[in-house]
Amino acid sequence: MDKVKIRVNHLNAWFSGKQVLKEINMEIVENKVTAIIGPSGCGKSTLVRCLNRIHETVPGARVRGEVWLDGENILEPRVDPVIIRRKVGMVFQKPTPFPTMSIYDNVTAGLKLNGVRNKQYLDEVVENSLRQAALWEEVKDMLDKPGVSLSGGQQQRLCIARALAVKPEVLLLDEPCSALDPISTGKIEELISDLKKGLTIVIVTHNMQQAARIADFTGFLLLGELIEFDTTKKIFTAPADKRTEDYITGRFG
Amino acid sequence: MENIESRSYSIRKIKEQLFLGITFCAAILAVIPLFAVIFYILWRGFSSLNFAFFTQLPAPVGESRSGMANAIVGSMIIVGLGTLLSLPVGIFSGIWLAEWGKGKTGFLVRFVVDVMSGFPTIVFGIFSYILFVLTMRRFSALAGGFALALIMLPYITRTTEEMVKMVPQTLRESALALGLPEWKVLLFVVLRTAWNGVFTGIMLAVARAAGETAPLLFTAFNNNYWNFRLDQPMASMTVQIYNYAISPFADWNRMAWAGSLVLVFFILLITIVVRSFSKRVSYG
Amino acid sequence: MIKGDTIFRKISFVLALSIPLLFCGLFFVVLWESRLALKTFGFSFFFRSAWDPIKGDYGVLPFIYGTFVSSLLALVIAVPLGLGCAIYLAEVTTTKFKEWLATMVDLLAAVPSVVYGLWGIFVLGPIFGFSLMNAGVLLAIMILPTITSVSREVLQAVPESLRESARALGATRWETVRLAVLPPAASGIIGAIILGLGRAMGETMAVTMVIGNRPEISLNLFAPAYSLSAVIANEFAEAVSDLNYSVMVEVGLTLLFLSLVVNGLARFLVWKTSSQGRIQ
Repeated sequence: MDKVKIRVNHLNAWFSGKQVLKEINMEIVENKVTAIIGPSGCGKSTLVRCLNRIHETVPGARVRGEVWLDGENILEPRVDPVIIRRKVGMVFQKPTPFPTMSIYDNVTAGLKLNGVRNKQYLDEVVENSLRQAALWEEVKDMLDKPGVSLSGGQQQRLCIARALAVKPEVLLLDEPCSALDPISTGKIEELISDLKKGLTIVIVTHNMQQAARIADFTGFLLLGELIEFDTTKKIFTAPADKRTEDYITGRFG
Repeated sequence: MENIESRSYSIRKIKEQLFLGITFCAAILAVIPLFAVIFYILWRGFSSLNFAFFTQLPAPVGESRSGMANAIVGSMIIVGLGTLLSLPVGIFSGIWLAEWGKGKTGFLVRFVVDVMSGFPTIVFGIFSYILFVLTMRRFSALAGGFALALIMLPYITRTTEEMVKMVPQTLRESALALGLPEWKVLLFVVLRTAWNGVFTGIMLAVARAAGETAPLLFTAFNNNYWNFRLDQPMASMTVQIYNYAISPFADWNRMAWAGSLVLVFFILLITIVVRSFSKRVSYG
Repeated sequence: MIKGDTIFRKISFVLALSIPLLFCGLFFVVLWESRLALKTFGFSFFFRSAWDPIKGDYGVLPFIYGTFVSSLLALVIAVPLGLGCAIYLAEVTTTKFKEWLATMVDLLAAVPSVVYGLWGIFVLGPIFGFSLMNAGVLLAIMILPTITSVSREVLQAVPESLRESARALGATRWETVRLAVLPPAASGIIGAIILGLGRAMGETMAVTMVIGNRPEISLNLFAPAYSLSAVIANEFAEAVSDLNYSVMVEVGLTLLFLSLVVNGLARFLVWKTSSQGRIQ
């Protein structure tokens, strides 16, 4: 029986008065890849940003509903978002290595700023995280080079390594490949399939083929509503809702 | 028909040439004073510069082994003190303005910062005099440092605010997403990213403060001997140059030129280096 | 650690607020220390010509005269040059020369006031003597960078589309500037000029060293004169009595007030037209 890692209950979200998410109900299964697809502006990013409470850093954002992570509603005000974000990591659309830091420092940034000092431990974490992000072989001899000196695809994998270094339980990926070339995209898709063994992954993508390739479950979002949510196989071969079918077959979006 | 058109066209062409010529001349004339001043300082200053200048204390007129060693050190101490006092206030204020300064309070702070940067600096000297010299009953390097800090504060605040604002939102979000509290993100990621630009602002403020005389005239006052105590009057290059410049003795006038050369050299050096450095600021 | 965030924000807020507080403190303190002089002379202080510390008689009209006339002289020289230079930089050149030129003009601003004064004594002194004229010329050199750079910013803030429309009609560069660039930039340029005025009025050391330091009003521009900031520089530390001291502080208050009015007006004008809304 698959264990539910995150349960989303009646989630609604507004940005400056405009409602962006409407009554989302969803279950994210542990150690599986869940994809969120839908046309631009449908609220995919907002949904995922609620899962680690990054949405609230934007002024004018408002949320109602519940997001249960391991039996705790993370949307409650008394819950510290900082702690949630260590459990639920995130990689963004545009690669954002910290400009003034080396590759090594980028990976250890989350740990060092939390007071971790043990050099041996840090070295291990750097190697492990970079291996998991399929970047170790390419950068192991230049760890002190600036993070920004890498190519786009490498930078994004560096950001993945950085997120993995703090050992999260869930990893959110917001269109991680949309700024990258096909080869880099392929490398990242490969590593996602490896990562899910120890992590729960939620990926937002506007690329349906990508969802079909790597996701176990898929949710289709349209204008803030979760139209359909099921196994990827079912969504792509026998969608229950006509709107889903229209989107899958390319009739809009 | 044709005659009128071609005549008015030639008049237009003449006006255009006049325009280009006049503005070009204005531009050249605007730059000539810089060269006039620099060359004159170089000429007069070099002939008066010697090793004693950097190592000796001021001596009575006529004695050849006279120098501004204490003034050089004194300027460094007083400017250093001013930097120390204005740096924390300036950086934290700049961060506050960038992050939370959108309302009325932010407008007020920005307005005051702008206005203060245009004040006659001698007024800061008066303020420091009343606060420190009167209460301590003596001139002091501390009073001088405070006056300079007030002069440096607007520059540091404004530069910090602008540089912090330039750090992209996605960078902050990436740091927050690692599970770091906002204050750590601001201090150790955002400020660190903006640091190149902020440092430029600080160095330019230092260059400005190093050239100030008026606010030191009755705060740090002057001192013909070595002094490292902050609660005593202290020599500074600018005040010493001033004293030597207005004196009737040619020997002392020469010292003023030497001092000007050294001072201008360092200020221009800092300004040029810092500007070329800051041109490379970008956040990818 | 939500608590850490709150502490940080509170500290930053307090430090940011300390700036306007310092500003108010400055005003209050200067006002307070002038009270003896204010009580003794009232408004006549600003309209009388007198300066006798021994007898205790003071009237700052000669200083106000000196400050204004030297500054206006400086404007007469610096505005055509500075504006011409700004127009040249913004509208005429497009090459590397422009960068170099702009840097040169900005470097002028980095030279300390006392060094300008020294130069003024020995280079302008033989030509103009120690007088309003000397001070005016020296001040002109010193405010050139301000006028040039602020005017240039204002000119560059005029949208490119306006220029292009004029050029598309077949206008020459001069006509483009006259018709499409200068009118929208006009109030900003006036702001730049007033800003230069403000800087000239507040200049202390260079003026003190060349103006002659004589508290007399004379229509002869080559006669010695005095200015508000110069008298503070020369006589503040040597006040002979409580009244003398209070008067010196009141002179500072006068300078402060004038500077506020002039700078406030200038920034308002520039703010209206400049794209960034903030000036260097």
